[in-house]
Amino acid sequence: MHTFLLLLIIGTFLCLYRVAMGPTPPDRAVGIDTIGVMVVGICGIFGIMTGQDFYLNVAIAWALLAFLGTLALAKYLEGRGFDE
Amino acid sequence: MNNGVAVYVLISIGVAFDLVGAIGLIRLPDVYNRLQAATKCVTLGTCLILLGVVVASGWSAMGIKALLAAVFVLWTSPTGSHALARGAHIAGVPLWAGSVVDKYKEDTGR
Amino acid sequence: MLIIFVLWLLLTWSFDVQGVVAGAILAVLFALVLSKLLPPHVERLFSPVRWFWALMHIISLAFWVVLANFDVMYRVLHPNLPIRPGIVKVKTTLKSDEAKAFLANSITLTPGTLTIDIIDDWLYVHWINVHESLEDTEAITRDIAGRFEVTLRRVFD
Repeated sequence: MHTFLLLLIIGTFLCLYRVAMGPTPPDRAVGIDTIGVMVVGICGIFGIMTGQDFYLNVAIAWALLAFLGTLALAKYLEGRGFDE
Repeated sequence: MNNGVAVYVLISIGVAFDLVGAIGLIRLPDVYNRLQAATKCVTLGTCLILLGVVVASGWSAMGIKALLAAVFVLWTSPTGSHALARGAHIAGVPLWAGSVVDKYKEDTGR
Repeated sequence: MLIIFVLWLLLTWSFDVQGVVAGAILAVLFALVLSKLLPPHVERLFSPVRWFWALMHIISLAFWVVLANFDVMYRVLHPNLPIRPGIVKVKTTLKSDEAKAFLANSITLTPGTLTIDIIDDWLYVHWINVHESLEDTEAITRDIAGRFEVTLRRVFD
């Protein structure tokens, strides 16, 4: 179980690299979205490891909030011109 | 015993998909391709992990919550990635130079 | 209303009197607020045949998603990145808005294809590996949308 957790955290850091280095704003938004979904998986593994179910509450709330955040970012991108 | 093996198999496949999605996020050339690899692989990977949680904990509070979380993720992630792609295209992010065709730009002029 | 009540029960997972009563009151309140948002053909929600085809759709969707996932996995891990991305047009034969929305979501959930916009009957799909037959809308439609339309038509139309 610890191995899985470690691999997922490595994946999250790969996404973080994209958020930090992404050449355009949508790239960063994609990275943030991906991190949100990965954290849900991390919460699931935490839930198995500790055997406590409130981690799954965290997962559900996180999934919904990440979805709202992604929609807000997308709306923001639509409303604004992008020139580089 | 049998149960435990199934849990390990599900979770390891899920973690593998997640990692491949993250690698795709790094390697692929433009926003749209990154959306393809990243969000989809990570969505399926996370759903497999949550399915593993369901198998591990069975018909209890934790299993049901994991199932609900998986359904939420499956329901919301395509909507989110569709909105992101549309926003990126309207904001004018260009496609990768190796792209073959862009019918959307031809038809709508955006 | 029943759905919200069941969802409440599943989320709290407490079957004592207090929890159930609070859940029932909240479900009635939410149902009153949300009843304006119901789709026009409510009676279709109770047709078992449609539910059966929805189940079939979910099964076929899961099959195609896993298959396409391995395809994308191969493309990402291949050292030369064998991708040919592009945005193509797909003509859908589905009529109702809900069916189109579900078709777009199914296409987006499949790795490798990503719906960007719907304008009338045309779906604009970003595809990670476009075939040689670029102008052949028929073949593209058959490849991307055809496999989902069969079941979705039976659910919604």
